[in-house]
Amino acid sequence: MDLRFLVQLGIIGLTFFMLINASALLVYAERKVMGFMQQRYGPYLVGPHGLLQPLADILKLLMKEELRPKGADRWLFTLAPVLAVTAAFAAFATVPWGAETTLFGLLDEPVKLGVSDVNVGVLVVFAITSMGVYGIVLAGWSSNSKYSLMGGLRASAQMISYELSYATALAAVILLAGSLSLRETVDAQAGYWFGFIPQWFIFLQPLGFIIYVIAGVAETNRAPFDFPEAEQELVAGYNTEYSSVRFALFPQAEYINMTTMSAVATDLYLGGWHGPFLPPEYGWIWFLMKVSAILFVYIWVRWTVPRYRYDQLMQFGWKWLFPAAVINLIITAAAVLYFNV
Amino acid sequence: MSEALVFYFLAGLAIMASALVIGQRNPMYSVLLLIASFGALAGLYIQLDAPFVAVAQIIIYAGAIMVLFLFVVMLLNAPQEDAAGWDRSHPLRRPGMSRIGALLALLLVVQLAWAVLSMSGVEAPAGTGGDAVSSVRALGRTLFTDYVFAFEATSILILVAMIGAVMLARREGDEA
Repeated sequence: MDLRFLVQLGIIGLTFFMLINASALLVYAERKVMGFMQQRYGPYLVGPHGLLQPLADILKLLMKEELRPKGADRWLFTLAPVLAVTAAFAAFATVPWGAETTLFGLLDEPVKLGVSDVNVGVLVVFAITSMGVYGIVLAGWSSNSKYSLMGGLRASAQMISYELSYATALAAVILLAGSLSLRETVDAQAGYWFGFIPQWFIFLQPLGFIIYVIAGVAETNRAPFDFPEAEQELVAGYNTEYSSVRFALFPQAEYINMTTMSAVATDLYLGGWHGPFLPPEYGWIWFLMKVSAILFVYIWVRWTVPRYRYDQLMQFGWKWLFPAAVINLIITAAAVLYFNV
Repeated sequence: MSEALVFYFLAGLAIMASALVIGQRNPMYSVLLLIASFGALAGLYIQLDAPFVAVAQIIIYAGAIMVLFLFVVMLLNAPQEDAAGWDRSHPLRRPGMSRIGALLALLLVVQLAWAVLSMSGVEAPAGTGGDAVSSVRALGRTLFTDYVFAFEATSILILVAMIGAVMLARREGDEA
């Protein structure tokens, strides 16, 4: 076994490890940020400043009894959370998170930071995220409860509606980059305009970025678009009947999906690991900072904006977001043709 | 060798899943097996060195169309079919009908076999294989030059179907 193969395995393991930890850290960050926004401390007792709170949460959930309603579909009830979390992890497989590195001269040829580099990377991420909805829909259906079923129905309608705007926003970036590979898209954003403005696509696609983020919130089922859960109307929506570890898998999938969304947004719009002051080998620090910034916005929005009404969600998705995305795509296509970038 | 193994695994999976779709009493399982079948097909496309087609297959069929299928199955809350409860008096379930059905099925098999056997001389348009980016570019170019009539005709067909669906779903006196 050669060293390069081992390093590649190590990178894959590290990505997996970071994703698991991202979901735990996000639970902590969410509660802490929510606490500060509501003028209280948030978790404070377990560990310094409540840092070990996620660990306590997970332990608590592990100790709980696993329940399955009598009328539930035995196979699908078990399969649904597994599907949700598998799709969430798999979607990160083609997301690069750092420039090529030789690990300080350890290797002769540089390795790429990221699980794999596929030349249709953007589409693979999109395809696998769109499979994630099955976990939620099946959970809703197999629980044999009306609240869960309503949650599952809402999830499928919402996902279909917002996937369209999401994909159209992506298409504009693909046109600009002239590539379907995420790594090539990031490298197309290196350098500066006039010597100080970084050539990030967010400056060419401000509308596209806003559409992407809004559709991303809807895709990850977070407030103000958390209709599949909507606790005031549906108890807890699709995961009403779940308990213990099976329940824990759903929020985990949600937080990993958030991370993937933010990482893809960083790669597509914010120049990935390119940034001033740091040498390219340390570009992953920029990447982590940008992803954290977007994740903070996600949490911020959740605790600031109240939930829409369901018909408003559909109206907004089809009558505002999608037309805006189409106009953005047409303008981008015309500009790319005119300037021949 | 390993390539052939992967092919037989994926092909077997696709055929098995498709066959089981028909055999299920529960429509929910049918939908899920169809998704599995589409996934196996996508794997076959990857083996044919057409990653774009594979991903498009997953996005469009497994990701969008099957979600709509699931939505409809859930919305209608379709019950499990019960073999004993079959309505024998229904005109389509009489024995004579099943014989005509068998004949039609045989006809379909013959047609399919004929179509497959006469396909040997067909070649893919130049430049559509290999590297994915160039293949996407080449696909787009052939779609909008050589096959532009078929493309536009399909678009109009889909538009007509969409308008028809809206008209059917619209209630009388509904303004919005």
